[in-house]
Amino acid sequence: MFEKPLGMRDTLPRLYETKSIARNAIASEMKRWGFQFIETPALEYYETIGSASAILDQQLFKLLDSQGHTLVLRPDMTAPIARVAASKLLNEDLPLRLAYSANVYRAQQREGGRPAEFEQIGVECIGDHTISADGEVIALLMSSLCEAGLESFQISIGHIGFVQTLFQQILGTEERAQALTKFLYEKNYVGYREHVKKLSLSSIDKQRLLDFLKLRGGEEVLQFANDLIENESGREALSQLHQLWEIVGAYGEEEKLKFDLTLISHMSYYTGIVFEVYSQAVGTPIGNGGRYDLLLEKFGKPTGATGFALHLDRLLEALGGLSEETPTTCILFSGERRKEAYELAKSKRGEGEKIVLQDINGVKNIDACTNQYNDIVFLIGKAGRGSEG
Amino acid sequence: MKEMLTIAMPKGRIFEEAVDLLREAGFKLPPEFEDSRKLIIDVEDEQFRFILAKPMDVPTYVEHGVADLGIAGKDVMLEEERDVYELLDLKISPCYLAVAGLPNTKMNDVAPKVASKYPNVAAAYFREQGEQVEIIKLNGSIELAPIIGLSDRIVDIVSTGKTLVENGLVEYERIADITSRLIVNPVSYRTKDERISEIVDKLTDVIHGVRS
Repeated sequence: MFEKPLGMRDTLPRLYETKSIARNAIASEMKRWGFQFIETPALEYYETIGSASAILDQQLFKLLDSQGHTLVLRPDMTAPIARVAASKLLNEDLPLRLAYSANVYRAQQREGGRPAEFEQIGVECIGDHTISADGEVIALLMSSLCEAGLESFQISIGHIGFVQTLFQQILGTEERAQALTKFLYEKNYVGYREHVKKLSLSSIDKQRLLDFLKLRGGEEVLQFANDLIENESGREALSQLHQLWEIVGAYGEEEKLKFDLTLISHMSYYTGIVFEVYSQAVGTPIGNGGRYDLLLEKFGKPTGATGFALHLDRLLEALGGLSEETPTTCILFSGERRKEAYELAKSKRGEGEKIVLQDINGVKNIDACTNQYNDIVFLIGKAGRGSEG
Repeated sequence: MKEMLTIAMPKGRIFEEAVDLLREAGFKLPPEFEDSRKLIIDVEDEQFRFILAKPMDVPTYVEHGVADLGIAGKDVMLEEERDVYELLDLKISPCYLAVAGLPNTKMNDVAPKVASKYPNVAAAYFREQGEQVEIIKLNGSIELAPIIGLSDRIVDIVSTGKTLVENGLVEYERIADITSRLIVNPVSYRTKDERISEIVDKLTDVIHGVRS
């Protein structure tokens, strides 16, 4: 066998077909919501996209161009789209609705079989700071998943601003807040609790930090959260979540939503509402997103934005199995009846059927060839003497 | 009808203590549970499915989501660095990770070598100490390595220290304290949150009430 680089995969016809059905269903829905698809290059400068993308440095594929500049294979799509939007598209100060489906690249540290190149399909709504935009994006996410055929899923919603302001208020300095946040990133709640116990804080404040870990569930969570927070920006974050609940409710979809204020993302550019989508059939989130109000500023246009990305491979895993093959007919012909075969193929293709035209002299094993197709038409020998069926 | 939960349990040292803890927390596990040689045990009353795995593999099952929950030693968590939630310190099977070797010896000046079942932990520890060492991965009987000259030091778990003494080895440095942890798959943690919270609450009561 010829080997491929670590983490790289081929997509064979059946899987390709399944993938493109899901992709088309989602892309059509995004287009119906008025999002416009764009493409950006796979290679970007390390200094701009590499650092803006918030993917760990050791996960980036880096290379040098012929002038010696360091390049990266894009590790996500949000940063490149922010670059394009800031430099080319955001002229009128109007909200911009962009969509993409593209491969992104992240080198995997362990277990070589994990894909290092995978497709994301997603949207970015740029230049709208309202919670309506966050609501729209989440509603579109739900609707896209339904179009793709995924019925059962859950979206958990958190708020980076809430976590930051709660930790800063209790702990005083950003440094101390970050030390505690690290335990959340690492999903290490044992370490979090031990760290809190060791801090020199009043027992009330310690309890607030411990109770924070329990802020998960339905709408009632916002009330509990309100009891923990004592400052304006924290209340503002909660009021945003409350608005979001109502907005998504207006789309009629709130039963698939849950709040989880402990949710924080590895993508450090998120600033407000963040969310992840889960299917019980897959052990990792199938998509995620959130608000990033400071990223565009890095590209010279200070404006807010929000969006989501779906991990297409994981979505396929959640959908389970390959799509049904659409029937294909093969017309096996010999030279004498070529014209007849071409005409038959043309008319059947015109009706939307999938037709393979195969010269019988090109096939060594006729049985194997006929077994491969749902239907077979023989146009062999002189006209009128061939069999059909 | 409660949702089925799959729990990955480590075979061996931790298993019995973990089963005792679950019973203390009020979960009805059948009496023949411990003696079973099956790899999968369903407990219908509690809607639990237990899978019995090698301790080092428990976080792997949980990360991939084929088990919702698992019980794993902190040593395994440090070695494997899996993307799972570490929810509770169960405070069972206490031991620690240590550096050991033959008494009154120093590391080889030319080519210092360390043998371990925990190559990642060992490598990270010596890197932090600023020492360049070669890590040799072994799968068991680690104490052999310094005795027959494969390595200068070993990194292994120590619970009573008896094994070290019996093999004529001494402890040099202590790396980290170890107990068993309740770990959870990130998706299960969100999609099966009610049942998981219930289990966490019950276990928390037992850990705090009886053991500390």
